[in-house]
Amino acid sequence: MSATTVPKGKTPVFYQLEEEHHEPGGSTLLGFWMYLMSDCLIFAMLFAAWGVYGTSYAGGPTSHELFELPLVAVNTAMLLFSSITYGFAMIAMQEQRKGAVQAWLLLTALFGAAFLGIELYEFSNLIHEGAGPWRSAFLSSFFTLVGTHGLHVTFGLIWLFTLMVQIGRKGLIPANVRRLQCLSLFWHFLDVIWIGVFTFVYLFGAMR
Amino acid sequence: MLPFRRALRPAALIATLAAPLILGGCDLVVMNPSGDVARQQADLILWSVFLMLLIIVPVMILTVVFAFKYRASNTESEYKPDWDHSTRIELVIWSAPLLIIIALGALTWLTTHQLDPYRPLDRIAPGKPIPADQKPLEIQVVSLDWKWLFIYPEQGIATVNELVLPADRQVRFRLTSSSVMNTFYVPALAGMIYTMPGMETKLHAVMNRVGTFEGQSANYSGAGFSYMHFPTQSVDAAGFDQWVAKTKASAQSLDTAQYLTLEKPSEKVPAMHFGTVEGGLFDRIVQMCVKPGTACGHGMMHHGAGAQEVAPAVNDRPGEGADGALMKSPDEMKTSPHLTHPHGAPAGHSEPGADSNRNMTRMDAPAYPGRAAAGEA
Amino acid sequence: MSDTLKMIFGRLSIESLPIHEPIVVGTFCGVALGGIALLGALTYFRLWGYLWKEWFTTVDHKRIGIMYMVLGLVMLLRGFADAIMMRGQQAMAFGANEGYLNAHHYDQVFTAHGVIMIFFVAMPFVTGLMNFVVPLQIGARDVSFPFLNNFSFWMTAAGAALVMASLFIGEFARTGWLAMAPLSGLDYSPDVGVDYYVWALQIAGVGTLLSGVNLVATIVKMRAPGMGLMKMPIFTWTALATNILIVAAFPVLTAVLALLSLDRYVGTHFFTNTAGGNPMMYVNMIWIWGHPEVYILILPAFGIFSEVTSTFSGKRLFGYTSMVYAVLVITILSYLVWLHHFFTMGSGASVNSFFGITTMIISIPTGAKIFNWLFTMYKGRIRFELPMMWTVAFMLTFVIGGMTGVMLAVPPADFVLHNSLFLVAHFHNVIIGGVLFGLFAGINYWWPKAFGFKLDKKWGLVSFWCWVVGFWVAFTPLYVLGLMGVTRRLRHFDDPSLQIWFVIAAIGAAIIAVGIAAFLLQIFVSIRNREALRDDSGDPWNARTLEWATSSPPPAYNFAFSPVIHDLDAWYDMKSRGAVRPVSGYLPIHMPKNTGAGIILAGFSLVFGFAMIWYIWWLAAASFLGLIVTAIAHTFNYDRDFYITAEEVTETENARTAVLARLGA
Repeated sequence: MSATTVPKGKTPVFYQLEEEHHEPGGSTLLGFWMYLMSDCLIFAMLFAAWGVYGTSYAGGPTSHELFELPLVAVNTAMLLFSSITYGFAMIAMQEQRKGAVQAWLLLTALFGAAFLGIELYEFSNLIHEGAGPWRSAFLSSFFTLVGTHGLHVTFGLIWLFTLMVQIGRKGLIPANVRRLQCLSLFWHFLDVIWIGVFTFVYLFGAMR
Repeated sequence: MLPFRRALRPAALIATLAAPLILGGCDLVVMNPSGDVARQQADLILWSVFLMLLIIVPVMILTVVFAFKYRASNTESEYKPDWDHSTRIELVIWSAPLLIIIALGALTWLTTHQLDPYRPLDRIAPGKPIPADQKPLEIQVVSLDWKWLFIYPEQGIATVNELVLPADRQVRFRLTSSSVMNTFYVPALAGMIYTMPGMETKLHAVMNRVGTFEGQSANYSGAGFSYMHFPTQSVDAAGFDQWVAKTKASAQSLDTAQYLTLEKPSEKVPAMHFGTVEGGLFDRIVQMCVKPGTACGHGMMHHGAGAQEVAPAVNDRPGEGADGALMKSPDEMKTSPHLTHPHGAPAGHSEPGADSNRNMTRMDAPAYPGRAAAGEA
Repeated sequence: MSDTLKMIFGRLSIESLPIHEPIVVGTFCGVALGGIALLGALTYFRLWGYLWKEWFTTVDHKRIGIMYMVLGLVMLLRGFADAIMMRGQQAMAFGANEGYLNAHHYDQVFTAHGVIMIFFVAMPFVTGLMNFVVPLQIGARDVSFPFLNNFSFWMTAAGAALVMASLFIGEFARTGWLAMAPLSGLDYSPDVGVDYYVWALQIAGVGTLLSGVNLVATIVKMRAPGMGLMKMPIFTWTALATNILIVAAFPVLTAVLALLSLDRYVGTHFFTNTAGGNPMMYVNMIWIWGHPEVYILILPAFGIFSEVTSTFSGKRLFGYTSMVYAVLVITILSYLVWLHHFFTMGSGASVNSFFGITTMIISIPTGAKIFNWLFTMYKGRIRFELPMMWTVAFMLTFVIGGMTGVMLAVPPADFVLHNSLFLVAHFHNVIIGGVLFGLFAGINYWWPKAFGFKLDKKWGLVSFWCWVVGFWVAFTPLYVLGLMGVTRRLRHFDDPSLQIWFVIAAIGAAIIAVGIAAFLLQIFVSIRNREALRDDSGDPWNARTLEWATSSPPPAYNFAFSPVIHDLDAWYDMKSRGAVRPVSGYLPIHMPKNTGAGIILAGFSLVFGFAMIWYIWWLAAASFLGLIVTAIAHTFNYDRDFYITAEEVTETENARTAVLARLGA
C-alpha cells in the first residue's frame, strides 16, 4: 500500500482522500469458505460418532450384511459426474455463455437428483428390512452421517434451482457469478465429504 | 481438630494459613480426611497451592504497589509513555510460570499414577505397608434412583444407604449405576468416581480412623439427588465382624424381584439391610440384564460375526428405550416417572400457598387421607 | 376429539401452564404488567415505526452491537433472579425445612441459571462489544456481511425468547446446564424441558456461528490501509481469536445437540444406555465445545483489559508481541484440555496426566498476560477512572481464580474437588472476576463512544464496590464449603453447621443485587444528566486506538475518509504526529441497506422451535417452509446497497468540524 510509505521529513498521510474501489461482497468467498469449514467440523463429529458406533450392532444386522456396494458405486458415480458437470458450468461461466451455464447446471441437478433418489431407495430398503436408525447405534450413526450428507445435497439442489432462475432473469451479473462460485465450493465440498463416506462407511463397513 | 502431625512438611506452613478456619470450628474434611488416599490428595492440594503462591503473591503485591505508586496524582514517579519492551522482563515473565508449571507438571504426572483409583494400594498409612495376609475387602456399589446399594459379596450381605468399612483394611470398590450417572464420594475416604449404567468403575481406598462420615452422590441425577447421601461408618476389625453377623441375621433377602422393586425411583430411603444376596447380582446389574428375559452380554453373539466371536460391549444389545417423538401417536405423549413433574392432579393446584406446594416431589408428596397419592397417574 | 386436539396442539395443553406454582404465576403477572406497560408506552409515543426502521431492521454494526448489549442486560436480570432463588433456597433448606422451592422447580432454576448466564448473558455481551468496537477499531465502515449480522442477532434473541417462554409455558430442562446424557435422554427426561434447551441453543447457535464467520471475515478483509496484522489493536486480536474459536467450536455443539435431538425425536441410540449407545460420548463431545467456549468468553475480556490498562496508564501496551502470541497459544491449547472436566470418569492415569498438564500449560501464557498488564502500569500515569478500577479488581480477583483452576487441573486433587462447591466458586471466580469485570470495564470505557456522554461515576463506584465485595462475600463461603466436602446442585442439607456459610453466600448475592441495581441507576442517572456528562471531542479518555478518532456517537459510515495506519496505537500516533482531519472533498459513501429479512427469518425459526418442542408437527412443517421460502425470496433482492450522498456527508462532517473548532477555541 503506497500510502503507508512515508517520505523522509514529511508528515505521513493519515487519511485516504480518494475512495478505493471496493468490490462489493469482496469477503464473500472467504466467509463462505469459513462456513464450509465449520460444516466440515459437523461432519467430523459425525465421522467420529461413526468411528465409535460403527460396530455397535446391538445384535442386529451388520454393515457387512447390509451394504450393497454396486448400488453405492453407481451412487458415487452420480455425485462425481455432477461435480464434473458443475465444473463445465463454471468454465461456461468464465466464457460468459449463459445458455451453456444453464444447461450444465440442469445436468448437474439431474445427477444430484439421481444420487438422492438412489440414496432414498437404499434407505427405504434398509428400513423395510428392519434396519432403521432406531435398531442400533451402528444404524443410528450410519443414517445420521449419510442422511446429513443427503440433506446437504437436497439444499444444494434447492439452491441450484434458485440460482438457475436468477441467472435466467438477471444473467451472469457479478452477484450471480459470486453465487455460482459459492455453490461450486459447496457442491465440490459435498463430493469430498462423500468420498470420505464412501471409503470409511461403505468400503470399510462392507469389509468388516 | 487435630493439628497436622508432620509439622516439618512445607505444606503445613500453608495449612497454618487455613488454621483460623479450622480452629473456628469448621470441619474442612477435604483438607483433614481420615483415609490415606484422601490424605495424600489433601497434601497434593497444599503443595500445588504452595507452588502457585510463589508467583501469585508477588503478582498481587506488585499490582497494588504499581497501582498505588504510578497513580496519576503522584507526579514524583517516573513516567515513560513509550517504554513497551524489555527482553529481560519478557524472559522472566514467561520463564517463571514455566518453571512452576514444570514442577507442578512433574508432581502431577507422579501423583496421578500413584493415586490412580484403579491401582491397588501399596500402603495402609504412611510407613505402614499392607500386611501380606490381608486381602482387600470388595464392596460392590450401585447407584439407584435415588439411593445407594452396597453389596458385600464375600459376606453375602447388602445394605442400602449405609456403608460400613473396617478401618485399616484396603477396600476395593466396584461401582456401577442402574439408570443415570452419579458419582460415589466419601470425602473423608478418597476422591470421587463416576458410577455409570452399563459400565463398571473401580476405586481403591482405606480408612484410617474410626468414626461416622458423610458420603454422597456428587453428580446431579434427577429429582431425588439431594437425598442421595449415606452415613459411612468406619469400625475396627472386630466391630466389622460383629456388624456382618448382625446383618446376616436380617431376614430380608436381596433377590432379583427385590432388586427390581428397589430399582424404582424413590427418595429419602432409610437404611436397609439384606441378610442374603443373590449370587452374581452385581455382574448382571453391570450388564443391565437383571430383568428376567434380558440376555446377558456373554450369551450374545455378534450377529454374523463369523469365526471370531467376541462378547459385545455391555450396552450393546437391542434397546427397549422409548420411541422417538416422531414415531409416537398423540396419546403416547406423556411424562415419565423418573423426574419430578407433578403427576396426576398437581398438588396445590387450586390452593396457592398451601403447604403441599412446598414439595411436589413425586415420591414424597404427602398422601392426605381420602386423597389418592400423587404418584398414581 | 382429544386426538384431534393433540394433532392441533401437540402435547401443549392447559395443564402445561404452571398455574400451580405460585412463584411462577407471580413472576408471570409482573412480566405481563411490565410488558403491557412497555408495549403501551411504545404505542403511545408512536415508537414502533422508529424502532422497526432504525433498530430492528438495521444492518449498522453499532446499533446491532447495542441491541446485543440490551439483550444481555435483560437476560442478566433473569439469570440473576435464578441465582438469588438458589442462594435463598440453599440458605434456608436445612433439616426439617425443605426451603421454598420443590425439586421440580429448583432443578429448573439451576439449569436455567447456567444456560442463561453463559449463552444469553455472557455471549451477547461479548458479541455486542465486539460488534460495536471491532469495525471502528480497524477503521472499517461496517462488517463484511451486514445482513448476516442482523440475522445473527435476531437468532440469538429468538433462542433467548424460547428460554423465557419455558418459564411460563411448560418447563425448562432439569438436567444441569450441559444436559448430560443419559439424564437428558427421552427415557429419563421425556418432558419439554430438554427440548426447550435443545432448540433454544440450536437457534441461538446459528446466530453465534454466523456472527463468528462475519467478524473473522471483517477482521481479515476490512482493515484500514496500513494496518498489518501486527498493527492490529489488541482487542481486535482477541476478537479474531475468539471468533476463530466460535467458528471452530460451535459446529461441535450443533452436532452433539443434533444427535441428542435425534435420540429424542427419532429414537436413535447415540447416548442411550442400550442398543449400542454410549452416554460418555455425549460428555466428550459437549466438552470439546465446552472448553473452548470458556476461552470464547474470556479472550475478549483480556482484550478489553489490555486496551483499558494502556489507555489509563497513558502508556504503550507492554509486550504487545508476546500478548498476541499468548492469545494464539491459548486459542490452540483450549482444544487440548477438554478431558479435565471429567477426570473422575475412570480414564487411565496417563490420559488424565496429559490433560492435566495441558491445562496447566494454559496458565503460562495467561500468567504472561497478567505480567504484561502489570508492566504496562509500571512507569505509567494511572488515572483511576471506572474502567481502570474494574481492571485492577480483575487482576487481584482473577489470579485467585487462576490458582484454584490449576488446583482443579491436578487430577488427584480434582478427585476431591470435582462437582464440589469449590468448583462452583472457581468458575464463578473466573467468569465474574474475568469476563464480567471485563464487560463492565468495557461498558464504562466504550459507553461515551456509543452515546456521546460518559457514565455517571458516583453510581458507577457504588456498582463497582458492591460487585467486587459482593463477589467475595458470595463465593469465599463456597470455596470453604467445597473443602468441607459439599457438592453442587443440592437442594437440601442435613448438617446444620453448614448453614452459616450459605447465609453468608446469600448476603453476598444480595450485595451483588445492589450492584446490579446501582448499575441500572448509573445508566438512568447518566441519561438524565447527559448534558453535564457530554463529551463532544469523541476522545474522552485520551485513548489510543482508532475508534476514538471519529465522533461520538460515530456517523453511520464511521469514517468519512479511511484512516491510514502507521503504528500500533494508530490514534495516539495521529495525535502525537499532528494528523490533520480533512475538512473538505467528501465523497459519496457506499453503504448496505436495512432489511427486515433477518427478523422474519428468526421469527420463523422461533415458531419452528416452539412447534418442535410441543410436537405440533403441522406448525413445524409450515414454519420450516416459511423459513425456506423467505430465505429464497431474500436472495432475489439484489438491491441491497445505496450511497450516502456527498452532501449528506459534508453536512455531518461540517457539524463535527464546528464542534471541534469550538472545543479547540
